[in-house]
Amino acid sequence: MSADVAAPLSPAEPAPASAPLSPRAKPANQAVRIGAEPSALARRLILGIIGGIFLIPVIAMIEFTFRNGLAGDYTTSHWTGLFSEDSARTYRGLYQAIENSLVLAAVTVGIVLVLLLPTMVLVHMQFPRLKRTLEFICIIPITVPAIVLVVGLAPVYSVVVQVLGGSTWTLAFAYGITVLPYAYRAIQGNLDAIPVTTLSEAASTLGAGWLTVLWKILLPNLRRGVLAASFISIAVVLGEFTIASLLNRRNLQTALLQVSQSDPWVAVIFALAALALAFILLLIIGRLGAASPARRKS
Amino acid sequence: MTATFTLTGPTPTSDPASAAPPTGATVQLSAVVKAFAGHTALNSIDLEVAPGELVALLGPSGCGKTTALRSISGLESIDSGRIVIDGVDVADTPTNKRDIGMVFQAYSLFPHMTVLENVEFGLKMRKVAAARRRERALETLEMVGLTKHSDRFAHQLSGGQQQRVALARALVTRPRVLLLDEPLSALDAKVRVQLREEIRRLQTELGITTVFVTHDQEEALAVADRVAVMRDGRIEQIGTPEELYATPANAFVADFVGLSNRMPAELIDGQVHLHGCTLNLLGEPMPDGPVVALVRPEDIALSTDGIAGTVISSSFLGSLRRTRVRLDDGTVVAIQHEVERHPLPGEAVTVRLKGAPVSALPPKTKK
Repeated sequence: MSADVAAPLSPAEPAPASAPLSPRAKPANQAVRIGAEPSALARRLILGIIGGIFLIPVIAMIEFTFRNGLAGDYTTSHWTGLFSEDSARTYRGLYQAIENSLVLAAVTVGIVLVLLLPTMVLVHMQFPRLKRTLEFICIIPITVPAIVLVVGLAPVYSVVVQVLGGSTWTLAFAYGITVLPYAYRAIQGNLDAIPVTTLSEAASTLGAGWLTVLWKILLPNLRRGVLAASFISIAVVLGEFTIASLLNRRNLQTALLQVSQSDPWVAVIFALAALALAFILLLIIGRLGAASPARRKS
Repeated sequence: MTATFTLTGPTPTSDPASAAPPTGATVQLSAVVKAFAGHTALNSIDLEVAPGELVALLGPSGCGKTTALRSISGLESIDSGRIVIDGVDVADTPTNKRDIGMVFQAYSLFPHMTVLENVEFGLKMRKVAAARRRERALETLEMVGLTKHSDRFAHQLSGGQQQRVALARALVTRPRVLLLDEPLSALDAKVRVQLREEIRRLQTELGITTVFVTHDQEEALAVADRVAVMRDGRIEQIGTPEELYATPANAFVADFVGLSNRMPAELIDGQVHLHGCTLNLLGEPMPDGPVVALVRPEDIALSTDGIAGTVISSSFLGSLRRTRVRLDDGTVVAIQHEVERHPLPGEAVTVRLKGAPVSALPPKTKK
């Protein structure tokens, strides 16, 4: 195309005014009003109080791990003992349980991504009438106590054991159900926030097939929801005790209980480690969730 | 530079990475029927769009214009009939193989991609080599005046800019058919006019066969080579803007296209008798008796004698003025006249009919 026939438009209109502005920017003369954003001091105060409430038990746990029995003095032996050869043998079961929990978390996330995510996208785009039904089904597990779930699952697992063996990872089928409410919410929130149908239709008019639409268009835009669903699933799986205990499987929580009966200090140290892991996961969710595409690129 | 690419579309007429203006394809719809849960959205539609032509589908909400467009794109399957692009029946061809470009009413830029990546997407799907892809995308962005914004994301652009990028994204592959689904309706008035002229210019330059859906008659008349006025899933009339305006096939078209005053009249021997004037009837013949005549504002003039009335209001419209007058029989009419004459509300005036042919509705018919 020659330049004369492809002359540029008249000056492009300005971008939205909000784009370059800081979200906190406000006119200098704006009066303070009820319901307005709190001041920096108020924010720090609120954060400090709430942080304190959460920190106190954690600090108490840390303090406990340094106690020397009932003598009243402190020792680092509970921590250093973890790295001795003796403890490696003693806590081999615990390490195995951590491995089991990590495998369970991975398989559960796999179930969420392979089964739940495509189902939700399909229902959202092609069968919107089924949205309510799917939501209802996904919310049910939160209303069913774990013990009831186990009673129902016990005969199912007797078959599962026959077919797939008694490995701990098969627990992920049950965990896939227990994480449904959390994973559903995280993904659905993201699905509702983007124009899924318009984006898919635009992509297909440009030559993209269904798989390309899902992989190149929808998934990148559902990144926040998918990551949040994955990390919440991991957090739920790492903290799960009842189902594993009642179905006689060994995971992090059941092993911690067992260890705590012989060595409460080590049990608390591992509980702290699990808390730290969950905290890190939540931080990652927060950071990924907050990052806009523009910030990622820059 | 040599470009390696393959096309996924069926026997395309144009090279997606070539800058040479292609010849647009012919689009034919024959007896196309589409129903949604008992509601017939398309009732045996026949439409033929010539290569390089811009046809606007115009009609009120629910008339089937968007369904017709979506049927051409393949986003909607049809119940019966034929949709032929370039002589090939595409009724069973999926959207991504139809080699079309489409701009949607809603902003549809991919939020996770920059402007440039958005425009490149169609070429990427056609496996055009990266360097060639970038070159073509930048050229097309230049056509819509947004080269400087190529590294921005959709949320950093205004509505008008987003639709320009969407247009560039649809045009970059040099599709056989360009489909525009009310692309301007979310924009403010000034940008709308600017962009519709831009669409027309690009469409003419590139020679792409285009179907433009709109409910805005001014927009349709301004950009289209031909306008198809639709109602209840049928095409009521198709013709040039001038034909539709001057010789509407029926009262619906007359009422929908342009402004019309509804004035009670009498039909005698096929002629409309109105305030002492005898006017020719446009469109289909009607039985004699009372009718409602549809008279264009420019077919009534303020005069020194004629039908008496009182001015209700007068609006300055730039190059002309539109004045609303309540006639002595109670009918309110809008009159278009030169700006120099400035009647004041309450002023007694007289008006006269210029004698142009009129359309008519049966009495007590709303449309």
